Amino acid sequence: MEKSNTPLLEMRNIKKDFFGNQVLTDINLTLNEGEVLGLVGENGAGKSTLMKILFGMGVIRDTGGFEGEILLNGDPVRFNTPFDALAAGIGMVHQEFSLIPGFTATENILLNREPKKTNVISQIFGERLNTLDKPEMKNRSETAIEKMGVQIDSGMVINQMPVGHKQFTEIARELSKDHLKLLILDEPTAVLTEKEADALLESIRAMSSRGIAVIFITHRLHEILAVCNKIMVMRDGYIVKEVKPEETSIPEITRCMVGRNVDENAVSATEKVDDNKDVIMSIRKLWVDMPGEIVRNVNLDVLEGEILGIGGLAGQGKLGIPNGIMGLYEAGGTVTLKGKDVPLNSPRQCLDSNISFVSEDRRGVGLLLDETLEWNIAFPAMQIQDKFLKRYLGGLIKWRDEKAIHAVTQKYVDELMIKCTSTKQKAKELSGGNQQKVCLAKAFAMEPTFLFVSEPTRGIDVGAKALVLEALKRLNREKGVTIVMISSELEELRATCDRIAIVSGGKVAGILPASSASEEFGMLMVSQVR
Amino acid sequence: MKEKTIAVEKDNKLKKLVKNFGLPRLIITGFLLLLFILAPIVGADFFAQLTNTINRFSWNAIMVLAMVPMIQSGCGLNFGLPLGVIAGLLGGTISIELGFTGGMSFLMAILIATFFALILGWGYGWLLNKIKGGEMMIATYVGFSSVSFMCMAWLLLPYHKPNMVWGLSGKGLRTTISLEGFYDKVLANFLKIKIGSLEIPTGTLLLFAVLALLMWAFFHTKVGTAMTAVGSNPAFARAAGININRMRSLSVIISTWLAAVGILVYEQGFGFIQLYTAPFYLALPAVSAILIGGASVNKASITNVIIGTFLFQGMVTMTPTVMNSMIHMDMSEVIRIIVSNGMILYALTRKTEATR
Repeated sequence: MEKSNTPLLEMRNIKKDFFGNQVLTDINLTLNEGEVLGLVGENGAGKSTLMKILFGMGVIRDTGGFEGEILLNGDPVRFNTPFDALAAGIGMVHQEFSLIPGFTATENILLNREPKKTNVISQIFGERLNTLDKPEMKNRSETAIEKMGVQIDSGMVINQMPVGHKQFTEIARELSKDHLKLLILDEPTAVLTEKEADALLESIRAMSSRGIAVIFITHRLHEILAVCNKIMVMRDGYIVKEVKPEETSIPEITRCMVGRNVDENAVSATEKVDDNKDVIMSIRKLWVDMPGEIVRNVNLDVLEGEILGIGGLAGQGKLGIPNGIMGLYEAGGTVTLKGKDVPLNSPRQCLDSNISFVSEDRRGVGLLLDETLEWNIAFPAMQIQDKFLKRYLGGLIKWRDEKAIHAVTQKYVDELMIKCTSTKQKAKELSGGNQQKVCLAKAFAMEPTFLFVSEPTRGIDVGAKALVLEALKRLNREKGVTIVMISSELEELRATCDRIAIVSGGKVAGILPASSASEEFGMLMVSQVR
Repeated sequence: MKEKTIAVEKDNKLKKLVKNFGLPRLIITGFLLLLFILAPIVGADFFAQLTNTINRFSWNAIMVLAMVPMIQSGCGLNFGLPLGVIAGLLGGTISIELGFTGGMSFLMAILIATFFALILGWGYGWLLNKIKGGEMMIATYVGFSSVSFMCMAWLLLPYHKPNMVWGLSGKGLRTTISLEGFYDKVLANFLKIKIGSLEIPTGTLLLFAVLALLMWAFFHTKVGTAMTAVGSNPAFARAAGININRMRSLSVIISTWLAAVGILVYEQGFGFIQLYTAPFYLALPAVSAILIGGASVNKASITNVIIGTFLFQGMVTMTPTVMNSMIHMDMSEVIRIIVSNGMILYALTRKTEATR
């Protein structure tokens, strides 16, 4: 049946935009039977979107579908739901586990596909009353586990398993499907220990030798080199490089991942790096217990009046740094501002030392969605610095000064060009970019001496992006505010910051001037990934 | 063509109005209007009915007002209202036991009730801070268990005043205690306006007005603003350095104190103290009144209180008279229960409408 010269999977000219924001452009991809394709790229490069298209996820259809065609064994296909994709022999293991904690590995692997036995009752009332064929189930799940070449107790309950075994169970579930031809693994090694990761790589080889094609997404580049037949590097929705592992090296891949044609604007900001500047904030032995962004041991000095960028891959702890210092997650270590200790685990005292924070979680932490812009912008300054209040009875009654609140809101609406119908509009009615500007205005209204900005451009369009970054630069230039900007987008950091610290594995892997070459940053990013 | 667009616009406007005002509120308002129109037709005295409605409004409004702070701080609807009511009952009975009479007994009752309300409210607030997210269910149980506990306490506490304890045994409080000679109608008779059969209990309404004004003012201060922010988005408030637990506790204490004052005002209008299981029946009407008034689970205003109390109490008073005259059957209780429980159900299903 199979024509040996037709590739198993072919994707032609795939294009996708989210509301005018182009995320995939002209993606071409071919994959043969038993081939292992490594897909790498920075966060937001379009890897996940591409896989969602292939797997027929609903989010793609809801946002207007995609352009281009997908051929499976030479026949054009278009999956409307993941079920169609499953039926066609495509399996996917997601980053997050989708297992039932209280069930055994066998039960999870064969969920809803259990072999059944008929009995008297089921013959009368229909097959829904068939009983499970337990021995056969055990048999099948063990075959699937065996295919991976690892040892897992098929009778073990999921919530008693180490993380690695959970990951293997997920993969076994896909493998137990008889007609599986293509398996997508989305960062399967992110949660594994080195030894487990090695076992997984081994099992990928085993699958490939059985004729199952694998698309392997990971940030750990040495794994890609070790196991793949073909490597594709994605950046900004393009495939920038397609190469065989023998012909490349980690530095080359990282350069492709992060390096644009090294922009001129990156250099412009670096002119004012000055060694004579005083240290304004020094961070020593900082640890932060922020789920998914654990900081293990960060030592960092921030110079007065600079814009320091903190970059790194997702999950390596860069977001944990500001959240920990601001007291939003449990933290330890010492942080001093201008020589004075900043108490950790207490948002109030941190804010009192005139440090301000723009959270990456805009809707969750950054905004009062149900309240007016006036409230959003004036609130922290009102509560912490007693601004915008009228005092009666010798300060006993602190009455909200609506006029002053309106004035300051109007000022920032004009300054940051926030698009709104009035300053009384509710924050939830604004677009993402304008909401971000409100978050900035909120921090600006406190007139801080030190500002943390976390992912200021996440999820906003190009125009708003430029405006937000410009506003930050202006604040730094005109008011002399020291800014620490955390971002996943290296190019953005290079265009805005003076120095950039790269966080990897919960530690600062190195600090480089913004003018350094992209591949140097890339090397640091993956240096201590765990 | 133009006419058509105008018609469409009108239609949209109407839809928007209905959406803003809320369909249930519209239906209840319509129903109440109908009752007021029907009353004279079926032979009931219109002004006597109006007096009744205003009276009941004045008795209940403060307990509805007690809902506002907890809703605003994100603690949800105060189903634990009976706890505050118990503080009020303790205040009232102890004031009488100590021998105060007339207006003085009312003042003392409020003072003593304040003491209990602060302690109980503080403990209640502490409890609610432990179980964020499940406030309303726990509050319901706090209400139930405190009432049950007090059923025993009313019997065992060493009260001796002859007009309060059981006649035969000489100990244990009666289920109903008359307030004649104590604070019966002390507020209602203050500056009372009487025109024909229309009577307005000015004093009671004035006290409510003062408390409502204070509440309004409170939410315009720095602390009140912080409390609203805690209810609107706790994570935001925390990031702005607000002590969330303290704000929530404060709101619970205010709510409990208002419930205590509310029950004393209710008693002075009604003329009796009702003990034992009576506090059970106060939380639901107050909750549904504020919901009818247009409050949601995490936003409430003074306007919601006034409109809601008037609509709810108006319906409760008008329905029996009109219905009885029409069909000679007492339907008031049935309708009251359908409306109050229905409103609560409706409000809880709407919970998701507020953005979290």
